[in-house]
Amino acid sequence: MTDLGMPRLPAPGYPADVRERLEADAREIIGRYPQSRSALLPLLHLVQAEEGFVSPSGIEFCAEMLDLTTADVTGVATFYTMYRRENGGDFHVGVCTNTLCAVMGGDEIFATLKDHLGVGNKGTTPDGTITLEHIECNAACDYAPVVMVNWEFFDNVTPASAKDLVDEIRAGTAVTPSRGAKLCGFRETARILAGFPDPRPGAVDEGGAGGVPSLVGLRIAKGHNPDGDAKTGA
Amino acid sequence: MTDASNSPSSSILTPVLSEPWDDDKPWRLDTYLKHDGYQGLKKALAKHPDEVIQTVKDSGLRGRGGAGFPTGMKWGFIPQGDGNPHYLVVNADESEPGTCKDIPLMYANPHVLIEGVIIAAYAIRSSHAFIYLRGEVVSVLRRLQAAVQEAKDAGYVGQDVLGSGFDLEITVHAGAGAYICGEETALLDSLEGRRGQPRLRPPFPAVAGLYASPTCVNNVESIASVPSILNRGVEWFRGMGSEKSPGFTLYSLSGHVKRPGQYEAPLGVTLRELLDLAGGVREGHRIKFWTPGGSSTPMFTDEHLDVPLDYEGVGAAGSMLGTKALQIFDETVCVVRAVLRWTEFYAHESCGKCTPCREGTYWLVQILERLEKGDGTEQDLETLLDVADNINGKSFCALGDGAASPIFSSLKYFRDEYVAHLTHRSCPFDPAASTVWASNLTGAQA
Repeated sequence: MTDLGMPRLPAPGYPADVRERLEADAREIIGRYPQSRSALLPLLHLVQAEEGFVSPSGIEFCAEMLDLTTADVTGVATFYTMYRRENGGDFHVGVCTNTLCAVMGGDEIFATLKDHLGVGNKGTTPDGTITLEHIECNAACDYAPVVMVNWEFFDNVTPASAKDLVDEIRAGTAVTPSRGAKLCGFRETARILAGFPDPRPGAVDEGGAGGVPSLVGLRIAKGHNPDGDAKTGA
Repeated sequence: MTDASNSPSSSILTPVLSEPWDDDKPWRLDTYLKHDGYQGLKKALAKHPDEVIQTVKDSGLRGRGGAGFPTGMKWGFIPQGDGNPHYLVVNADESEPGTCKDIPLMYANPHVLIEGVIIAAYAIRSSHAFIYLRGEVVSVLRRLQAAVQEAKDAGYVGQDVLGSGFDLEITVHAGAGAYICGEETALLDSLEGRRGQPRLRPPFPAVAGLYASPTCVNNVESIASVPSILNRGVEWFRGMGSEKSPGFTLYSLSGHVKRPGQYEAPLGVTLRELLDLAGGVREGHRIKFWTPGGSSTPMFTDEHLDVPLDYEGVGAAGSMLGTKALQIFDETVCVVRAVLRWTEFYAHESCGKCTPCREGTYWLVQILERLEKGDGTEQDLETLLDVADNINGKSFCALGDGAASPIFSSLKYFRDEYVAHLTHRSCPFDPAASTVWASNLTGAQA
């Protein structure tokens, strides 16, 4: 049925307490830039951290904070792929299917996960935990095939390890990426992207300096075993 | 098994940027200080900013983001005494398919970038620098945020840097997913809170960049190479590489090689030398095609193993050094599939501003899809070239040229393979044979 009725009503504003908290955050972000509009991308990350996606209320909030129209803000929000336009899973699972990862097995991993989770590209599992998406090159080709969960690296993935990974996530098990800190939820991740450092103590130091591929040239140059365990230096 | 470390060719490697990466917590300031950290900054602050620019000019350092433009010359374009604020913007949007050097660099040691930022900002007389990091790498964002804070606490960033009277603020800015933002003017639009679309030039960013003020946009690796030049000198830097392409750089090997990863070497090494260190192509296979610097650089074949990987050498052989992203594909890989996938990427990432790129990439994908499935015709090959030709050099920015490049080069070297798809009426390759686990299987049987 086509709705030919009323134009959409203005988006409802955030409740007063939420608004107050977000305004304080927004003012801090805006203060980092010589001109306020530069704060738009971080502000969109901020409203995504609040609701899990960029809602009409979030767009209106950004527009008001920066003295822009909602059309301006919508134009920007829809340009960038990391902003969700509707709510999704608390864990975004992105499988790289750009040429190199695809060839090395990314295509098979993506097909396996679609089948295993019973969702298509950009689909969310019925329990609301996982949104699956195929992504473009994420600058980790030396670790191919790569899967990103909430924009953390899972390196050298196989179809079997990908299935285990999503099963653990759905079972609520804490999952640790190949590099970087223990996974946090999609909204917590969005808040770090807005420019508010990870509040978890020690998160910065988790995950080592890189896996074997990052260190392989250095080790060969130093006459060490290039295939040793990167984290221990053994 | 041969130990690569005993091979005489291991001496071709020159770890400078990667040198501290195997130390304890190399992302921490105290570790970096043990590796000459912030010594280059101290030497820079003792010089006049113009002298710093001259030093970088004399070193011959060229941009590591792809174009290879001399870094010192870029700094010299910033007008001085003009009364406007100047900005330094670091392009950390690493997104070119195959490129994977800046992300591991910033993850392992963000301080070398921050030290470079301070030196560059001092040189061009900028009191506010931005690091525009692609949003899809939270692990790196976390470390950059922490490193900037550490540098502030230590007095390297903020008011009156190390008592020099120079003030500097650094803002780490996360993008939100758009390849086009790696194009410097699109990056500036994005940093201004707009859709990331390229700007018409002139005016160039050096004249009217961020907020229409003089702005220098540099790649991560270019800026990170500056501290060691200041600390160890121009002669030392020029002792590596060639006259026109001096210094060290990160080569990133990926794909069907035994030991993919980061190999830091002087400019001008060859893929044959690097493959020797990397243990060669995976067992029982041979190299078919490779990119010297990401998907936008025309592909090479096994005929090009001895091309010196510097700006002149790769250029003379018909491609570009680009980002030194050496993606290796063996004979199991269908070149049409590879090119289709890259083309889908360019179509997805086209910003929509100019017609040749927006419409052209859209049609290229459809033609390549047909060809890959075996549903194409001989005429499609001509149309493919024609459409690519209408994008190349006619689009608003280099994204369009990049999209045309795998098409031209694959048709140049592998036209027969396109034709084989027509005669077979299907793709003659088995995608399962290219996967990592297929090679493990072969290895187990061997």
